[in-house]
Amino acid sequence: MIEYTTTDDNPAHEDALGPDWELICGLEVHVELSTRTKLFCGCRNEFGNEPNTNVCPTCLGLPGSLPVVNETAVEYAMRLGLALGCTVQRGVFARKNYFYPDMPKDFQVSQYDKPTNQDGQLTLPDGVVIGIERAHIEEDTGKSTHIGDTGRIHGATSSLVDYNRAGVPLLEIVARPDVRTAEQAKWYVAELRSIVEALGVSDAKMEEGSMRVDANVSVRPVGSTELRTRCEIKNINSINSLGKAIIHEAKRHIDLYATGEAPVQETRHWDEAANRTRPGRRKEDADDYRYFPEPDLVPLVPTDAVIEQIRAGLPALPSARRASLATAAGVTPNEVALIVERDLDALASDAIAAGAAPDRVLIHAEQSMADGSGALTAEAFAALVRMETDGELSSTQTKDVLAELIASGGSPADIAAAKGYEAMDSSELEGLLDGLIADHPDEWSRFCGDDTGDAKKMAGFFTGQIMKATKGQADGKVVNQLLQARKG
Amino acid sequence: MPDATPRGDADPITRDEVAHIAKLSMLDLSDEQLDLFTGQLAAVLEHAQDVEALDVHDVEPTHHPFGLVNVARADVVVPSLDRSEVLAQAPDVEDGRFRVPPALGEQP
Repeated sequence: MIEYTTTDDNPAHEDALGPDWELICGLEVHVELSTRTKLFCGCRNEFGNEPNTNVCPTCLGLPGSLPVVNETAVEYAMRLGLALGCTVQRGVFARKNYFYPDMPKDFQVSQYDKPTNQDGQLTLPDGVVIGIERAHIEEDTGKSTHIGDTGRIHGATSSLVDYNRAGVPLLEIVARPDVRTAEQAKWYVAELRSIVEALGVSDAKMEEGSMRVDANVSVRPVGSTELRTRCEIKNINSINSLGKAIIHEAKRHIDLYATGEAPVQETRHWDEAANRTRPGRRKEDADDYRYFPEPDLVPLVPTDAVIEQIRAGLPALPSARRASLATAAGVTPNEVALIVERDLDALASDAIAAGAAPDRVLIHAEQSMADGSGALTAEAFAALVRMETDGELSSTQTKDVLAELIASGGSPADIAAAKGYEAMDSSELEGLLDGLIADHPDEWSRFCGDDTGDAKKMAGFFTGQIMKATKGQADGKVVNQLLQARKG
Repeated sequence: MPDATPRGDADPITRDEVAHIAKLSMLDLSDEQLDLFTGQLAAVLEHAQDVEALDVHDVEPTHHPFGLVNVARADVVVPSLDRSEVLAQAPDVEDGRFRVPPALGEQP
């Protein structure tokens, strides 16, 4: 077992635990590398094929078969390691010995004391740095399905095993226990997923299992520096579940300490339906896996030239993209995190560069582009925002035009004209208001009265009437100004 | 590799440790066998201690006897085995999958 150390410079506190207890969370993420073939043999690495169709003597562990490492898997691993700021070093494969039918060899090939990637970090959008202990290459296991009443191992009458996944390349990214809130844990996984996607090394789909997150959770009294007994939570299949599982588990520990008990070190399973963790296997010491160097594989020794070549080929990472857009828009990186996550940062930057008001650009990108920007171009976006800030379109009209630009492109001026969105002349609005005051004298005197609550209600009434009369074309802000001016 | 727990010369391995290792290897040893293997393994470990006596602090660990590094293959698909042939080797099969007893507990 890798011994944990934490940097203790993360000031965040998990409020769900109350003021007296601090959350300590370390995350282990397995990422399936999207190579064409498995880690040690030429069988297809594909999700969803017929059971046991992607198998050969090597991944079935048949006697006499020999593994040869996939060069693309190693390159992907180094790519991810470099993106996480790791030192890429001589890597040595080791056998992790255990008896379970998901590994027909009775051992899993992993890296132990010499992982390919060591000591990196990941910076969350809010600037908190989470240490990365290591990111090592290993092979995935087969998939067991338990047959019986419950579908779980308890009460199963037998297990059915499919070895299509056995030998698929994984990178296991082990973070230091630097996470202090459930929200940070969610950000960490979301950030790691965006990095993995940017690098193109994995599908990183939690629901398909190509990205799997285990959370090591413990708590300690605020002000203490000890690391207490931790439990490892598995079976977390979404980022939202991760947050819920961590809070649940931390509270369970606090409840145990409160009654004079203590948690025992064990693996627990997140039960999404019951919204709780359930006990699993007791953790054994790492020595019980009897790791030893894999004699059938030689060390991986990346040369400086190879490392530099991979480093040079890394794409812009989410943190750099956030910083760039934040600078262009004059806001903090955290405020543009969602936009970068949606891959809208290039569009937003270009629109801002074309003269659009940054605050409106960011708001529209957040509110109207949850499903992407579709057919919208930066030029059209900038032109639309200018029409809005110049008062030619109300914010509701702007949203309508934007929706159409996203759906089918075109020019914002043409779309606005086709919809009949022409800026209402304020004299036209004045005339309308005159008529309304004449028709509704009681409402008007209530609007002008001293009861501010009632006046507000009546302001809403008159605005509504004007909107109705103009079929929503009037700018709400202008109407409000007009009403206040008239009140005298 | 991390070292095993250091021990005194007199006690290279205990009977309990042998029983534990046997359990991990799914071996069911009798009391007589435990005694026998504890003695034998102790002899092996004593021999290893001769090597430990050498000063090797500036010697690079040998991870592979041939000194080869970076032996890799291209990421190219090679046809897999025929499933019916594979499953025909198994004692029990269901739905295209290997059927095994559930008695082995949870996945480590």
